[in-house]
Amino acid sequence: MPLTEPLPDGLSQQEIDTEVAKAQASAAPSDHPPRDYPPYRSSHFRFPRQPLIPLSDPEAVELSGPAFGVTDVTALDRDLTRQHIGEPLGERITVSGRVLDREGRPVRGQLVELWQANASGRYAHQLDQHPAPLDPNFTGFGRCLTDDEGGYSFTTIKPGAYPWRNHVNAWRPAHIHFSLFGTAFTQRLVTQMYFPGDPLFAYDPVLRSVTDESARQRLVCAYDHDLSAPEWSLGYRWDIVLDGPSATLFEEGDQL
Amino acid sequence: MSYAPTPSQTVGPFYGYALPFPRGGEVAPAGHPDTITLHGYVYDGAGNPVPDALVETWQPAPDGSRAGAPGSLRHDPVTGEVIGRDGVAFTGFGRVPTDADGHWAVRTLPPGGVSYIAVAVFARGLLHHLYTRAYLVDEPGDALLGALDPARRATLVTRPEADRTYRFDIRLQGEGETVFLEFK
Ligand SMILES: [Fe+3]
Repeated sequence: MPLTEPLPDGLSQQEIDTEVAKAQASAAPSDHPPRDYPPYRSSHFRFPRQPLIPLSDPEAVELSGPAFGVTDVTALDRDLTRQHIGEPLGERITVSGRVLDREGRPVRGQLVELWQANASGRYAHQLDQHPAPLDPNFTGFGRCLTDDEGGYSFTTIKPGAYPWRNHVNAWRPAHIHFSLFGTAFTQRLVTQMYFPGDPLFAYDPVLRSVTDESARQRLVCAYDHDLSAPEWSLGYRWDIVLDGPSATLFEEGDQL
Repeated sequence: MSYAPTPSQTVGPFYGYALPFPRGGEVAPAGHPDTITLHGYVYDGAGNPVPDALVETWQPAPDGSRAGAPGSLRHDPVTGEVIGRDGVAFTGFGRVPTDADGHWAVRTLPPGGVSYIAVAVFARGLLHHLYTRAYLVDEPGDALLGALDPARRATLVTRPEADRTYRFDIRLQGEGETVFLEFK
């Protein structure tokens, strides 16, 4: 049931945890977060109250999607540590993985974008008022195209946790924002990747908005020692599966 | 469908230096005589404009092709800066952040073969983006429009203004709430 009033300001972590537990208990099983999720207070006026209108039309334009190519990225766009004259501060990492559709097929030649806070937990954005240092050698966004196996790879630094004002003493676990395209506009995904073992997981209503435990685990990357580069960087692996129908899925369905 | 999908998360407040790109709303080649303007405001359930939404559009080319074309984010080869489209290829893809007053605008060419432009909306506070459609004309035989009652149907149909301009407001919640779609 949607609340009729927004949650009050100044809620404690404990009060938010109670709201999280309540939402968790009443949630229908789903891979995605409910848009109506009171513990994330910014959602209050921003979720539709009407049900979404289901559309299953093999002619829908949304079953196709934008194309990207060599003109849309440069080789440097995937290395967030080389976008300035000096080296950024922090723990150098590589984040690699594959982008697949729900059939497990690689999504090839599509755009992957990411953005993140610096090692101190500060975004290079004028609205970020967290009193942590900006890093003149780190902006925090990157792009690349997936390869023939659907693979992507970025070199960056591990972002810091940061406070926000959802409630008193609200802290976001370290995360990297990702934006992905599939072969269809229906497969568009914007999400966040988290790092394994973060003690802030239990307190974060944004991560907890994914009410299904196994779905939530899919937002957490894995440390992969084989991806670590000797004397250079630590490696994390994170595979991404895009939801939603596409023209090719419809074609296969027709053959059944 | 065997692979479990990666869940959505909100775009948050700080995508502004990462996702928008120069001339992201200039989908039509500069000066093209058929150019139309699709624009509007994004409002929340309290009737306030949403200043931190991101609107994306996708559409067929005027000849009906749905293949799109690369080059929306073309780079300057010297500086590496994104400089946007080359003014020739029609990529079919638009991306614009809303202004401080919730306004957005895309200049494009009429879509070939259909009467709508596909729209995706992202925002801080929105845990999973929303899809809708901006119909340039109220298409009598359209299956989606035909299944809606008149008031809801009207939220998907743009209002023509002067000079090939079409107004399309997006209301996330409440009175006049836009019809949002779920593709199956
Ligand atoms: Fe963030």
